Amino acid sequence: MRYLPKSPAEREEMLAAIGVKSVEELFSTIPEAYRLKMPLNLPPAMSEAEVIDYFQQRASENSVGYTSYLGAGVYNHLRSVVTDTILQRGEFLTSYTPYQAEISQGTLQAIFEFQTLMCQLTGQEVANASMYDGSTATTEAVLMAERLTNRRRVLVARSVHPEYRDVLKTYAKNSGLHVEEIGYTAAGTLDAKGLEASLKDDVCALVVQSPNFFGAIETLRPLAEAAHRSGALLVVAVTEAVSLGILKPPSEADIVAMEGQSFGLAPSYGGPFVGVIASREKFVRQMPGRLAGQTTDLERRRGFVLTLATREQHIRREKATSNICTNQALCALAATVHLTLLGKEGLRELAEQNLSKAQFALQELQKIPGVKRTFSTPFFNEFTVELPRSVKMVNAQLLKEKIIGPFVLGSAYSELTKHALVCVTETTPRSEIERFAAALKHTLEQPL
Amino acid sequence: MSKHLNRALRHIVLNEGLIFEKSSPGKRAFDLPPLDVPAADPRKALGESHRREGVDGFPEVSEIEVLRHFTRLSTWNYAIDLGMYPLGSCTMKYNPRVNEYVARLAGIATEHPYQPQELSQGCLKVLQLLEKCLLEITGMDVVTLQPAAGAQGELTGLLLIRAYHEKHGNPRKRVLIPDSAHGTNPATAVIAGYEVQNIKSDAAGQIDMAHLREHVTSDVAALMLTNPSTLGIFEQQIPEISEILHAQGALLYMDGANMNALTGVTRPGDLGVDVMHLNLHKTFSTPHGGGGPGAGPVAMKKILEPYLPVPVLVEREGGRLALDSHRKESIGKVKAFNGNFGVLVRALAYILAYGPGIRQATEDAVLNANYIRKGLEGIFDLPYTRPSMHEVVFSDAVQKRNGVNTMDIAKRLIDYGFHPYTTAFPLIVPGALMIEPTESESQQECDLFIDAMKSIAEEAKATPELVKTAPHNTRIRRLDEVGAARKPVLRWKPAEKQSKAAD
Repeated sequence: MRYLPKSPAEREEMLAAIGVKSVEELFSTIPEAYRLKMPLNLPPAMSEAEVIDYFQQRASENSVGYTSYLGAGVYNHLRSVVTDTILQRGEFLTSYTPYQAEISQGTLQAIFEFQTLMCQLTGQEVANASMYDGSTATTEAVLMAERLTNRRRVLVARSVHPEYRDVLKTYAKNSGLHVEEIGYTAAGTLDAKGLEASLKDDVCALVVQSPNFFGAIETLRPLAEAAHRSGALLVVAVTEAVSLGILKPPSEADIVAMEGQSFGLAPSYGGPFVGVIASREKFVRQMPGRLAGQTTDLERRRGFVLTLATREQHIRREKATSNICTNQALCALAATVHLTLLGKEGLRELAEQNLSKAQFALQELQKIPGVKRTFSTPFFNEFTVELPRSVKMVNAQLLKEKIIGPFVLGSAYSELTKHALVCVTETTPRSEIERFAAALKHTLEQPL
Repeated sequence: MSKHLNRALRHIVLNEGLIFEKSSPGKRAFDLPPLDVPAADPRKALGESHRREGVDGFPEVSEIEVLRHFTRLSTWNYAIDLGMYPLGSCTMKYNPRVNEYVARLAGIATEHPYQPQELSQGCLKVLQLLEKCLLEITGMDVVTLQPAAGAQGELTGLLLIRAYHEKHGNPRKRVLIPDSAHGTNPATAVIAGYEVQNIKSDAAGQIDMAHLREHVTSDVAALMLTNPSTLGIFEQQIPEISEILHAQGALLYMDGANMNALTGVTRPGDLGVDVMHLNLHKTFSTPHGGGGPGAGPVAMKKILEPYLPVPVLVEREGGRLALDSHRKESIGKVKAFNGNFGVLVRALAYILAYGPGIRQATEDAVLNANYIRKGLEGIFDLPYTRPSMHEVVFSDAVQKRNGVNTMDIAKRLIDYGFHPYTTAFPLIVPGALMIEPTESESQQECDLFIDAMKSIAEEAKATPELVKTAPHNTRIRRLDEVGAARKPVLRWKPAEKQSKAAD
């Protein structure tokens, strides 16, 4: 087998050195009755070419050749080949968590830079590296708020990503946390009245997303003030991180939970992505996950180490802030390289392009009789429109034109079956947007 | 000593500052295609109160500077690609490059989790085949691929167990965890709403059965057992342990972190395990990447199937695959979307390359561990002498007499051109040296490692200071970890702000 660096003679020599006659003897502690007598029933071994062929065949059964208007937490953005070139350097790809700092300075410094970039983006003072994704980061942010406030109720906006809310509910169920949802207004933003009624002095966190799941940008200041009046913390989830290139950072938040997929990571059918928690310095000891810190060596040279490990499971066991161990380090590196490539100007321009494309798409769609914008609140690169008929049926027609239609809001909000969440990024050419609008118009003109 | 240092010589390693220190306004490393729609005015589109002028402090550098920056950083890392990485319990094996290639294919990397399922049949077939392979390897009935890593797999497993007990009237109170377990086990049990009860190991490193019997009551939800244990020892009593638990209605959870010792040789499902997780970034070779991403599928017996996290992969008539989210008794979702799909792709590529021959990898891994054990026995203290599986755990008891501890030996190993083994774990071995070579090392590499360890043992006797102050050949010496934790500096700040903070 090509991955195994031993000849049959070497195996024999090693067995002899150990003092056993056969390799079977090495497994003698496994009771005989439980040892497999037959080879596993797996597909026959494949050469490299066959492995590639297998996956190319699978790839051809997917959506190649379609244009998509899906966002809803996973975004298609340009990625530089430089990012992937760096990621595939074996020194990054094939190293472990940097516990041995002297021979892991590359990873450690990159993590430190990642933490810095995340603080700059979010307007927060500390950022960890990293959480599994935005959904678990949001959940861990709530658990962190629970520890900080010692309160057990959490208010979550219904305009937070439905799957993020699902994950929060899964984790909350057994940790004595009570999750309550707050509705949205006709403008698509958090219902302040509903909030006022629910925000009591037993609430640990108010969780909102901005831009929210409908694409609407929330005004955070009054939400932070309301939360703080009752002693709760404001947790802000960000699913489309590129928006921070043009939107005020959520510095009013006490904890920011972000999905970093937009920074250099492919959609990859839903993962691996990278979650981040950013917060205030005073809360750092309740933060979950890895942190790299700057320090010096014996000769006073600058270096970096994993620090504040007394929060973590390998030291604290059942008293740890989280059970997370393996995280998404390489994805965090991808985000670091990607953001370094974009730089200050590149990120701003990227965000502006997304904004412009989405504005253009909305204008084009609004020209179609019966298509209406659902919410009037400003948006970034995603917006909600109401169609004169079920989005599901419309999307089925669009597929015939090799267009993957927008997210069907009715699948998560039963009151919004005729509403679609349209996402347009810098990767969608004008001609495609126009083709989409024409196809939609045509579809809606057909009798039901 | 010098003979062994031949493996590693010093060479030029470039210094490199933080990227922020190289920034100069106006430089850029990325160009976008020109905007082909009218430019929106952010002031109008967003409103002045939402708009931001640009991110303060973001770097402004050119493409060559970015490439050099990260390339230079990379040269400061040790990696499997450079040599043996014998971190016990971490299974640092070769990461085949074809796996990276296929995970990046158009049609694989490009797919959106919400795209229509009829346009995702390729992705779903990948998931289905991986499920089948993992079930065959573990001897289980059902598997979920959703958990993002081992610790999340543990949580998923315990939530399944909890749901099962709830269905039978009572979620129960406690989870039993051996004293040799990974730290994630107790941390996970708490998140799943359970109290942790530690179970002692006996003098041979196995579960103390009398102690176990005493603690298995109708309040116990499950035992979390790592097998082989973190001592690298196969828990022989596992069928009996399973019976003791089942007699009280409790379930047996297996932490599959060490599955590299068992693949193709024995199957947890046959041994009486009810539910287990696998670390695809260990046994199934997906790259650690400096700390992830991983994937932690959970395989289980039929009794736990009703509670699977959603969505569940199902086969409809005509062989069409679909994701089913309508399951009343599900524990819910532990992660958004469909698991770390890109990691799952790599794991399947690994399994396909081996086929049934995957047993050879297991055999070689166990062979290497025992070869190293034989080579170092008598030089380092071996606190548990039962036969080793994929890893061997020594202690620093002999070297301690000269004031040299396991961390010192580990740091000195760096000078010899190896990544250290796992230090000071498992907790039941004071001063542990936990060595897991994996199957990816040749006899020559194992010999060099044995020689290096012997040489360090000599040094510990003759020149203990040399070992205690190691490493000597790295670009940076031992770092002040206490200072780092006392006054944490967790991000870069521009110079003037830093000096202000110091005032």
